[in-house]
Amino acid sequence: MNRQAQAAVLFLVGAALLHAGFTNLYLRYVKAGLQPLLLLSGAVLIVAALATAWYEWRRARMEKAHAEAHAEAHAEAHTETETHEDAAHEGHVHREPRIAWLLVLPLFALILVAPPALGSYSAVRTGTAIQQPYGLSKLPASNPLTIGLVDYATRAVYDHGRSLGTRQLKVTGFIALDKSGSPYLVRMALNCCAADAQPVKIALTGKIPPVLQPDTWLEVTGTYSAKQTKDPINNRPIPYFQVTLAKPVPTPKDPYDESWNQ
Amino acid sequence: MAITTEPAAPTTDPPQQPPAPATPAAPAKESPAAPAKESPDAPANAAAKDGWQLNSPLVLTMVLLLVVLAQGPIRQALSAPVMQSWMTVFVAVVVQALPFLVLGVLLSAAIAVFVPPTFFARALPNNPVLAVPVAGMAGAILPGCECASVPVAGALVRRGVTPAAAIAFLLSAPAINPIVLTATAVAFPRNPEMVLARFAGSLLVACAMGWLWQRIGRTDWLRLPAHEPHEGETKGAAFWGSVRHDVMQAGGFLVLGAMSAATLKAVAPASWLRTAADNPVVAILALSILAVLLSICSEADAFVAASLTQFSLTAKLAFLVVGPMIDLKLFAMQAGTFGRGFALRFAPATFVLAIAGAVVTGAVLL
Repeated sequence: MNRQAQAAVLFLVGAALLHAGFTNLYLRYVKAGLQPLLLLSGAVLIVAALATAWYEWRRARMEKAHAEAHAEAHAEAHTETETHEDAAHEGHVHREPRIAWLLVLPLFALILVAPPALGSYSAVRTGTAIQQPYGLSKLPASNPLTIGLVDYATRAVYDHGRSLGTRQLKVTGFIALDKSGSPYLVRMALNCCAADAQPVKIALTGKIPPVLQPDTWLEVTGTYSAKQTKDPINNRPIPYFQVTLAKPVPTPKDPYDESWNQ
Repeated sequence: MAITTEPAAPTTDPPQQPPAPATPAAPAKESPAAPAKESPDAPANAAAKDGWQLNSPLVLTMVLLLVVLAQGPIRQALSAPVMQSWMTVFVAVVVQALPFLVLGVLLSAAIAVFVPPTFFARALPNNPVLAVPVAGMAGAILPGCECASVPVAGALVRRGVTPAAAIAFLLSAPAINPIVLTATAVAFPRNPEMVLARFAGSLLVACAMGWLWQRIGRTDWLRLPAHEPHEGETKGAAFWGSVRHDVMQAGGFLVLGAMSAATLKAVAPASWLRTAADNPVVAILALSILAVLLSICSEADAFVAASLTQFSLTAKLAFLVVGPMIDLKLFAMQAGTFGRGFALRFAPATFVLAIAGAVVTGAVLL
């Protein structure tokens, strides 16, 4: 890849990062806190691309002037100018990195495909990642109470629902069906990027819609259930949730649960 | 825009690239794979270039155009859940690592262009045996994850720092900086000794690797790409030239590493870990291998380790010590920065020493 092409790739990668950072696209892949760094690095890449193009243009102009002066001086020695130009074209003897071609792959993936956030496929293949909390915050007194899925699961398992009582709760997550077809509401919890995302699952019981499509987002209303089951993959507890109403909702702005980052 | 203003493109392209519509991913994949293999014999390639006026901007434009035209079939092919999950993890690793890579590259370019070589000669002890631990401790000041430390270590070697010290820095920086140690403390609220164990274990292994290089390392294993500023080049040109080169090179290897990590995450079942946890020795080995394969950023690996509840603390420590020092992504980037001969020797040695270091530290501290 010569330097013009490198400048183009740098520019496109930088623009893709800026695009992902300014829209909510980046939230499908990394934590929200990475946004400033993402935008900054996108800007740096674009500046690097412009700088490369500028120095390349200046070098080409200088070399042309140089070669012309050279050719005038010794009109007969044009073989020398040719080799000189050749060397300049190849980027001063040492080769340019060919591995750089691989950089177009994430570019395509990000701009053209923009894969969705991790969903039911990863969720059913990974054990629930519920963690023992060190201290639970006090819940607001509203009823019905909107509560994060991870928060619900943690309170249900480690606090035995004491802070939840019999209140009406609203929980949002996506549907995943295990091998036997029983439905779970899942939220992927994330620390840094989707590579370390882990599912936290709650099992649904009560008035569940008859047909559930994996990966559809639902807001379920209902109450705490003392029933628990175990995730067959890692034997960790999965609490139940007593559903009274389930309504489909659009994918949230940040599909991951990032409460572990706070 | 390019598509609408150039209606001629679809009719002129197919004759040159006959299989394009059927296997849309093929041209994009072939172009990086083929040149990567024949990179050592550049002359042969240059000769081919003379005959064919197929220069890289042209190839790049054609690839971009083809992919944009064929995006429908490509999306269709990638709609299977495995492929989607693969793509998401792949993009996530690249997007997450790029800002840190850019940070490291800027730092390394600044070192290469603005810091005089005499600075390091004065800052580090003359005796390489002493320089190793000093450089290892200096790793604590580079905030960020392992992607940043590779280009910086490369710049240090080019700036005349003894490779042994640069290696100690390379290995310690991603594991012992304040951000990573804080994340470890947050991930293990009940085991604060884990933070100390990670710090001590990582520093121990980094120094051990530095001293090992001091004893048996040979400079001809290192193949650093020539980077010296050309005469007549301004500092600005040298700085941005270095940034461009490092981003393209390390970025390419990062993509390679991200692809392998995504493959593992999407394909390997998580349930096999359960059987490994029962035997303490197998558990340590299993988590060390997992750390290599997963290639998680060192700022996040503590949380993943904490979630592997069925494993012993020592096994988790091995995960935390091995991961930032050697993983698939790092191996690819090290091969790009220091040469394949170096990476092939360095990676196994680091792996073995890191496990040993983690076991020793675990026995003492945990």
